[in-house]
Amino acid sequence: MPANRFNNFTDLGVGIGLRVPHYSHILSKKPTCDWFEIISENFMCDGGRPLEVLDEILAQYKVVQHGVSMYFGSTDPIDRLQLRKLKELVKRTKTPFLSDHLCWGSIDGTYTHDLLPVPYTFAAAKNTAERIKFVRDTLEVPIIVENVSSYTEFHASEMTEWEFLTEVVERADCGILLDVNNIYVSSQNHSFDPYDYLNNVPFERVGQIHIAGHSKYEKYLLDTHDHAPIPPVWKMYAHAIEQVGTTATLLEWDAHIPSFDEVHGTALKANKFLKQSVDTRKSRRLAVPV
Amino acid sequence: MRRLSPAGRMQKTWTDGRPTAQVVAEFIKPNDRLTSFERIEIYNRQYWFRLIDCLHDDYPGLLAVLGQTKFSRLVIEYLDRYPSRCYTLRNLGSRLEQFLTERPDLIQPRLELAMEMARFEWAQVVAFDDEAKIPVTVDDLLGVNPAKLRLALQPYITLLELHWPLDDWSISLKKSANVLRSEASNAVESEQPKAKKRPKLPKKQTVFVAVHRYENSLYYKRLEHEAYIMLGALRDGQSLAAAVAIVMESNADRDWSADVQKWFTNWTSMGWFCLRK
Repeated sequence: MPANRFNNFTDLGVGIGLRVPHYSHILSKKPTCDWFEIISENFMCDGGRPLEVLDEILAQYKVVQHGVSMYFGSTDPIDRLQLRKLKELVKRTKTPFLSDHLCWGSIDGTYTHDLLPVPYTFAAAKNTAERIKFVRDTLEVPIIVENVSSYTEFHASEMTEWEFLTEVVERADCGILLDVNNIYVSSQNHSFDPYDYLNNVPFERVGQIHIAGHSKYEKYLLDTHDHAPIPPVWKMYAHAIEQVGTTATLLEWDAHIPSFDEVHGTALKANKFLKQSVDTRKSRRLAVPV
Repeated sequence: MRRLSPAGRMQKTWTDGRPTAQVVAEFIKPNDRLTSFERIEIYNRQYWFRLIDCLHDDYPGLLAVLGQTKFSRLVIEYLDRYPSRCYTLRNLGSRLEQFLTERPDLIQPRLELAMEMARFEWAQVVAFDDEAKIPVTVDDLLGVNPAKLRLALQPYITLLELHWPLDDWSISLKKSANVLRSEASNAVESEQPKAKKRPKLPKKQTVFVAVHRYENSLYYKRLEHEAYIMLGALRDGQSLAAAVAIVMESNADRDWSADVQKWFTNWTSMGWFCLRK
C-alpha cells in the first residue's frame, strides 16, 4: 500500500531529515532526494533564516512535517498558539500529512522537551485519540503517530505497546508512522520480541516508516540517531516492508551528522528492500491460478 | 523536573522524605538489568542534559564570562526557577535576564558584564527569527508630515547600550563555536560541551549596538550615541520630528542634518522601520 488515506495518498519514496549542517549543500548543489522531513518546531517562527531556507527547499523538494511537541498523550489543554503556528506552517509547506509522537511531555504548562512513554491504559488511549482527532480537525491534514523508544514500563499498563498503538489509531482513525528502530530499542530495553510488535501492527494504517541508529549502553539502548541503522534494524525494516508494502521511508540522523551524501546514501539502502517487496508481491500475484 | 544530585544522578530522597526508589517502584516496573529507580533516572538525566545543552548553545558568551562551573550552576538554578513553559526550545532563555536580576549572587563578581552578555545573546535569538514586518521605504515617506509620522522598529531589532564591546568579543568567541543541537531524537549525548579556550575578557568601553539581521544573516551594527538615541526615540513612539529634535538638542553646537539624513537613509535601506499600528 504505497499510498493510503493516512498519508494523503502520497508515494514519496526514500527521504532524509532536513538538518542544518546540510543546508548549504542542498541549496547550492540541489542534490536529488525524493523528499525531506522537517521538524515542525524548527520552522514555527515568525521570520528570518529558517523560513527563508524552508521556502527555498519547498520550491524544489517535497517536504513533510514531523513534530516533536504536540504531546498527544499529555493531559494539559492543547496550546492554541502552538496550534495556530503549526497551522500556519502546514499552509506554508502544504505537507500532505503530519506526524508526531505517541507520547506525553508537558504537565501543568511545563514542557520537558522529551518524548515520554504513556502508560498503556484504555483511559490513556481514549485521551490520546481525542487529542489526535482535535489536532487533525483543526489542522485539516491527516495525522500519523509515531511509536517512541522507551526506557521504562508502568505497572498501570493494561496492554502491550502494540496493542496500545492499535487502540489509539483505531479510536482516532489515524495513521501510523512506524519507527522500526524505536521498536528495536524498546524490545531490547523491555525484553520482548520486536517481531511480535511488527506482526501485530495494523499495517493498513502505516503511512510512513522511520529508520535510525541508536547507541548501546551497558544495560540499555538509547535512541540517539547518531549513526546508521544496525543490521537487525534493517532486517526489521525489510520485514515491515514485506507486510506493509512500499511505504514512504525516512532516515533520521540528528547527532554527529555526516555529509549529505553519506546520510542520503545510507537512506537509499532502503531501496533494496523496497524493490524486493515489489518483486515479491509481483511473484505472489503471478502465482495465483487464473 | 527535579534537579539531579551533585554527582549528576537522580536524587535518592523524594520531596516527602521517602526514598525515591520506593516512590518510583510504585509505578515503574524494574527489569532484569535496571531497577525502577535506574529506569526513570534515564529520563531525569536526559531532561537536564538536553536543556542545559540548549542554553550552552544559546549563551556561549555568558558561559565564557562566567566559566563552566558558575555557568552550570546558573543554568540549573534558572531551569529550576523557570522551567520551559513553551513548546519550543527557542524560548528557553527568554526569562534569563529577569532571573539574573533576581539572583545576582550567581553571577558575581561579574554581575554587570554577565547581565549585558545575557541581554546581548537574547537579542541574537530575537534577531535570528523574529517577525519582519513590511518595511517602510524612503519613497513611502515622501510628503508625510514628520511631526505626525510615528515609525516602529522591526520586531527583530534590539538596541543596546553596552559597557563592554561585546559585539567584537562575541565574534571572536563564535569562531570556535560548532555545537549543533540534536533535533528529533529523544536522547541527547551525555557529555557536556567541552569548554573552549576563550579570548581575554574585553576591557570596559561603552558602545551602542543594534542587533539585527540583514538578508537573514545576523549582524551587530555599531551606532553613534546620537543615532542610538534617535532610534530609541522612534522605537518608543516619538514622532520622526521629535526624534530628530532630540538629536539636534543633544549637541546644539553641531549641525546634525547631514548625519541624520545619512543614518535614516542607511536604516531605511536595511528595512529597519515599519508602520506603527
